[in-house]
Amino acid sequence: MTSALSGEHMASRVKEKYPESIEESTSEYLVVKGDSLLNVARYLRDTDDLKLDFFNYVTAVDYYSYFEVVYQLTSTVHNHSIVLKTRCHDRDNPSVPSVVSLWQGADLQEREIFDLMGIRFEGHPNLKRLFLWEGFQGHPLRKDYLS
Amino acid sequence: MEVSSDREYIYTSTELDRHEGQVIEELKANSQETIADPDAWLDEEIKRNMLLTTADAVINWARRSSMWTAICFPACCAFEFIAAEGPRFDLSRFGMEILRASPRQADLMITAGTLTWKMAPNVRRIYNQMPEPKWVIAMGSCAISGGIFRSSYSVVPGYNKIIPVDVYVPGCPPRPEGLIYGIQMLQKKISKARAVPDLQQIMSKGTSE
Amino acid sequence: MTTSEIMTLKTEPFILNFGPVHPSTHGVYRMRATLDGEVILDIEPVVGYLHRGVEKLAEERTYTGFIPLTDRLDYISPMSNNLGYCLAVEKLAGIKVPERASYLRVIMAELQRLANHCVAVGSFLNDAGAYFTPFMYTFREREKIVDLFDMVCGQRLTYNYMRIGGVSQDIPEEFLPAVEKLLDQMSRFIEEYETLLKQNEILLVRSKKVGILDREIAINCGISGPVARASGVNIDLRKTDPYCVYDRMEFDVPVGEIGDCYDRYRVRVEEMRQSVRILRQAIRDLPSGPAKADVPHLIRPPAGEAYMRIEAPKGELGYYLVSDNSIAPYRCHVRPTSLINLSALRDMVKGWKVADLIIIFGSIDITMGEVDR
Repeated sequence: MTSALSGEHMASRVKEKYPESIEESTSEYLVVKGDSLLNVARYLRDTDDLKLDFFNYVTAVDYYSYFEVVYQLTSTVHNHSIVLKTRCHDRDNPSVPSVVSLWQGADLQEREIFDLMGIRFEGHPNLKRLFLWEGFQGHPLRKDYLS
Repeated sequence: MEVSSDREYIYTSTELDRHEGQVIEELKANSQETIADPDAWLDEEIKRNMLLTTADAVINWARRSSMWTAICFPACCAFEFIAAEGPRFDLSRFGMEILRASPRQADLMITAGTLTWKMAPNVRRIYNQMPEPKWVIAMGSCAISGGIFRSSYSVVPGYNKIIPVDVYVPGCPPRPEGLIYGIQMLQKKISKARAVPDLQQIMSKGTSE
Repeated sequence: MTTSEIMTLKTEPFILNFGPVHPSTHGVYRMRATLDGEVILDIEPVVGYLHRGVEKLAEERTYTGFIPLTDRLDYISPMSNNLGYCLAVEKLAGIKVPERASYLRVIMAELQRLANHCVAVGSFLNDAGAYFTPFMYTFREREKIVDLFDMVCGQRLTYNYMRIGGVSQDIPEEFLPAVEKLLDQMSRFIEEYETLLKQNEILLVRSKKVGILDREIAINCGISGPVARASGVNIDLRKTDPYCVYDRMEFDVPVGEIGDCYDRYRVRVEEMRQSVRILRQAIRDLPSGPAKADVPHLIRPPAGEAYMRIEAPKGELGYYLVSDNSIAPYRCHVRPTSLINLSALRDMVKGWKVADLIIIFGSIDITMGEVDR
């Protein structure tokens, strides 16, 4: 069985290296601050006993006062997985660093989030709309989208 | 060789995307009304005035017995159409085994799948490239009215906003037997049509490329 | 021409559009390929021609009412989509499924894997140039499987069979004998197929060593399913993260070595054999009991989130559900197997020719309904 590592355990591990980066942690997930996302993700991918090298997915959820970007990572070596999240509170220009430099699979999925939710990913090589056409007004998956 | 100076050259993919977006928005703005079904043949007066000659009967028989389909397979209904082409429900006994990718060699378009606004200009273009006489079968509920996805922000509510449709085959997806029944209805419609086309009717269908 | 004039001749790369309408069975997929002569330098996928907004529609429908929409995602293997979604809701709401329902789900999922690989292998050979003949052979077998599904739920393509808490109705009496008859025919069909194609020269030349995907790139991109297993990534969610009753089944996981098109084709054919093996065990061990737990139609899971993943025929299919204790999901995200498998296409085709691009694309086995949702 793929064991789901608890967020609190991960928080204690990450705090040793990057003490300022944790925002919240529960037994299911770990929330980090936006600017330290790349460092934490690189640490999670490269440390030998964590080795979270398989990128499951990235998605975004619109909780009315903030956006939450959710990553799930699995290790092919140790067969465990974690859920990593980051939040952005800016409604007009939400922006999160991109993890394309670490995992290539994030490329098309981050474009999809930009297309449907409007969250910009800094450092993405080719951030443009994926499913909808250029000139489409608005971002449909937001809760305040009126068709 | 002189190249005309008013031609627009697009080189980068961003410009290509922007141009595509403009075309889609224009088509969306112009396609809010349903295009009327070409059912003038049902009109009683024309039936009385129309004399089907032997030449008409022979030409209609040839047209309906060997319809070649243009490929327009967005979604799930495509698999029921392919199953209809398959060894069990054999469409080649109706003369329809040719599935040409080139619309210039086709006379029937079976629209199998949901149409989105992004795909709509391409479907319109394929329809325009087909030579007359041409017919359209709208297959499945997504093609008739948008189906289960009608309330979505990017789905065209029915192919008859973009192209005129001759036969509607309901189902989600329609069984291959249902599709074959729809094709037979179209064959009956063709057998009652005038073989020499009416220029007015063709001009009203829209521009051709 | 003088030598200096010949030396200044050069080729320029140009962009060729493989339009959304093309003569393959994969759907409305568009690529812009940058070519130098016939050799591919780069491709840029353009998707979205079938984007129907399923994730937004999920927020308007109830949990049970979303099941028909999941059918239409990967429309070649709808039973797997239904299964993944129902398992995700059951994980979110903490519902326990009766044992008979779990066995029935495994039977349907494995039959669906057989049907999906029939289509995948048939259209791979269609792209390789053996026009419609192998396609017709595999469709003959697929029709038999689809007839079984018709017997169970009345539909040929979009089954809507799984429900939250089990399956929608129990199987009729004639189902199990019909499945056993099909399994005998299926074993013979796979042997017949292998005899015709395993040592076929044209297939070997066109697909061996073509479109190699490295193991490291496969893991980095998040590729899963037969494509990853052909590259040597030995991960099958039925073994590493079992769900339903897969932990009681004995089966092998075929893993390739090189990761070329031929390996992907072989992995799929071997998986068909293993599916037959699992089906025989599931039919032998099917217990009696209810086919569905007592779950109301309008369920209200407690607030929270859940991610559940299954081994769909194309790879890891997952559903991420967020609930706020109302009758509709707050957010439903489908992990798009085909879109993620597509992100490896660029690395696989660089340096190959246009004809190889078609066969490499066909070997990944993509359904546009899942890419675009």
